[in-house]
Amino acid sequence: MLVIKDLHASIEGKEILKGVNLTVRPGEVHAIMGPNGSGKSTLSSVLTGNPAYTVTGGSVEFYGKDLLALPPENRSHEGLFLSFQYPVEIPGVSMVNFMRAALNAKRKYFGQEPLSASEFLKLMREKRAIVELDNKLASRSVNEGFSGGEKKRNEIFQMAMLEPRLSILDETDSGLDIDALRFVAGGVNKLKTDNNATIVITHYQRLLDYIKPDFVHVLYKGRIVKTGGPELALELEEKGYDWIKREWD
Amino acid sequence: MSAIKQYTDIFTTYSDAINAHSAPVLNAVRPDALNALENARMPRKGDEDYEATDLHEMFAPDYGVNINRVNLTADPAEAFRCDVPNMSTSPYYFFNDVYHHDGDTLTPHRDGVIVSSLRKAAEDYPDLVARHYARIAPLSNPQVALNTLLAQDGIFVYVPQRVALERTLQLVNIMNVAQPVMAVRRVLVVLEEGAQARMLVCDHTQSRTVQCLSNQVIEVSLGEGATFDFYDLEATADTSRRASSLWAHQAAGSNLLVDGITLANGITRNDYHISIDGEHAETSLLGMAIMGGNQHVDNHTFIGHNVGHCHSNELFKYVLDDHAIGAFSGKILVAGNAPKVEAYQSNRNVCASTTAKMFTKPQLEIYTDDVKCSHGATVGQLDQDALFYMRTRGIPEHEARTLLMQAFMSDVIDGVRIEALKDRLHHLVEKRFAGALADCGECAGKCLRNKK
Repeated sequence: MLVIKDLHASIEGKEILKGVNLTVRPGEVHAIMGPNGSGKSTLSSVLTGNPAYTVTGGSVEFYGKDLLALPPENRSHEGLFLSFQYPVEIPGVSMVNFMRAALNAKRKYFGQEPLSASEFLKLMREKRAIVELDNKLASRSVNEGFSGGEKKRNEIFQMAMLEPRLSILDETDSGLDIDALRFVAGGVNKLKTDNNATIVITHYQRLLDYIKPDFVHVLYKGRIVKTGGPELALELEEKGYDWIKREWD
Repeated sequence: MSAIKQYTDIFTTYSDAINAHSAPVLNAVRPDALNALENARMPRKGDEDYEATDLHEMFAPDYGVNINRVNLTADPAEAFRCDVPNMSTSPYYFFNDVYHHDGDTLTPHRDGVIVSSLRKAAEDYPDLVARHYARIAPLSNPQVALNTLLAQDGIFVYVPQRVALERTLQLVNIMNVAQPVMAVRRVLVVLEEGAQARMLVCDHTQSRTVQCLSNQVIEVSLGEGATFDFYDLEATADTSRRASSLWAHQAAGSNLLVDGITLANGITRNDYHISIDGEHAETSLLGMAIMGGNQHVDNHTFIGHNVGHCHSNELFKYVLDDHAIGAFSGKILVAGNAPKVEAYQSNRNVCASTTAKMFTKPQLEIYTDDVKCSHGATVGQLDQDALFYMRTRGIPEHEARTLLMQAFMSDVIDGVRIEALKDRLHHLVEKRFAGALADCGECAGKCLRNKK
């Protein structure tokens, strides 16, 4: 579904990604690990079309389409989802209005009629149950005054609503206590099917105890320098990143 | 000719006709107004508190004045049906500046409440009107002096002690002119001790090709413990010029809410002067402007805390697109020996285009130590992170911007103390941002034009 070839990207003239290659197929879970500043979050930003970044080379195909040519909203409609490391607070925009706008935009993209109010609220209720998101949160402004755990849970709730084909979870474990982590990972696992795929970006092995990856990649200095199975994550947990750095510096 | 002189000339030439079509109480003040105007000049752009707006230019065109009070042949009840859903109002109309009240909907006022044409009130209750008319708005202000010189009518609201008006009073100003006309309107509101009232003023312009000017002065006197809400909504046209000033006096324990909203207009200058003269009085002064095209909105505010233990909260927000020009200048004055005053002022603005301009000047002047005051102003763009976040969820950029701009205005709307009006305003603002300019049929008053 996703084919990244020799992807280069920079921000404010500084090159961060220096030739990333990655292929993801339906049903797979990929973990991308790596030390701080290696380009993990840049990769997720570039894939979702953050205008702060400039792609300077390479290509990304998503189900045969040139992903980089699409505006962020169309990437979403095509089935790409990013769970933000730092979900943005939007005071004054209610979760209900936010989700309804998102869902109906997608329906419009595919030539479908907007959901009726009752259909929409029913869907909200169903999906909320998956991550056990409190109704009180769903009726507030987007992420405003949410705790760190609530924000991440809200990301997974949005993922459930939008039913993406490929989800990127960017440091979803950061700032979560163990209970919140379990809820979030549980939600992700419930949404898993043979037809969708997940890219988990993380520093730590911890999250991978809950979301089992098929492949583990190490991103370092803007390139994927090592790929292996789940055992690679355990090795990194044990030995840190220094041995990889030594190999490549 | 100076902008003022053409109007003083009209007065000196036609003073007999002007006086004949008004009431002695109003006529009695005209000579003072004329004196005040003798050496006055309309403020020019660049004058203190007029950084962006030129009142001289606003008044300079050769506007006609309806001296002989020619009544419009149209019946407003035929032309307009006003209602805010779920909100029952008592509607009063001004066609340009000619007062009209639909007799059928007149609620018989009990308990000594008076709501009527100012001219008629000044004839029926001369002592009462004379006690309050032109007492708060100062003739040293040229716009007030000009209004006082020429005003022949307006609306008078009087609520006696401890009487609460249940229904919101709705005043609909409709400008519809065939040639350039200056409408001279006067509003006088007197609430005695413990009285309560709410008023919604809707400004509309139907003539989209001929320029017109509204010259409006509103005086509000609040007795001890009185509560008054004043919603001032403008949804006019780019041909409209508006110079409006509100002058309020608050006695101890009174509570005043003023909310000035501009959804569509040409050039507007609003002055809000509030003088707090009694302890434990509370003031909320809110305002917002949604602007595109070449709209120009200038709000000037002054809140004087003349005694201690009173509280004011002021918030003005603007969203400016295209070539719009916005201005805000606001001063909070805490007099000497006015302890425990709390006064907060904030002006926040979003420039959605690179060609829109915003001028802002927040000011605090404090002569007492023991107070809590703050003021601040920001001018910025929409939150880019929020915009991107929304787009990753599939919300198209244009729609995301609209949602963010609406959200930006929500706290001003939430300050409205009438639920039905609050809902209506949320709806109107949503429409306004979606590009459907508030027509009469889409205003808070929901005046359906030319429909039965």
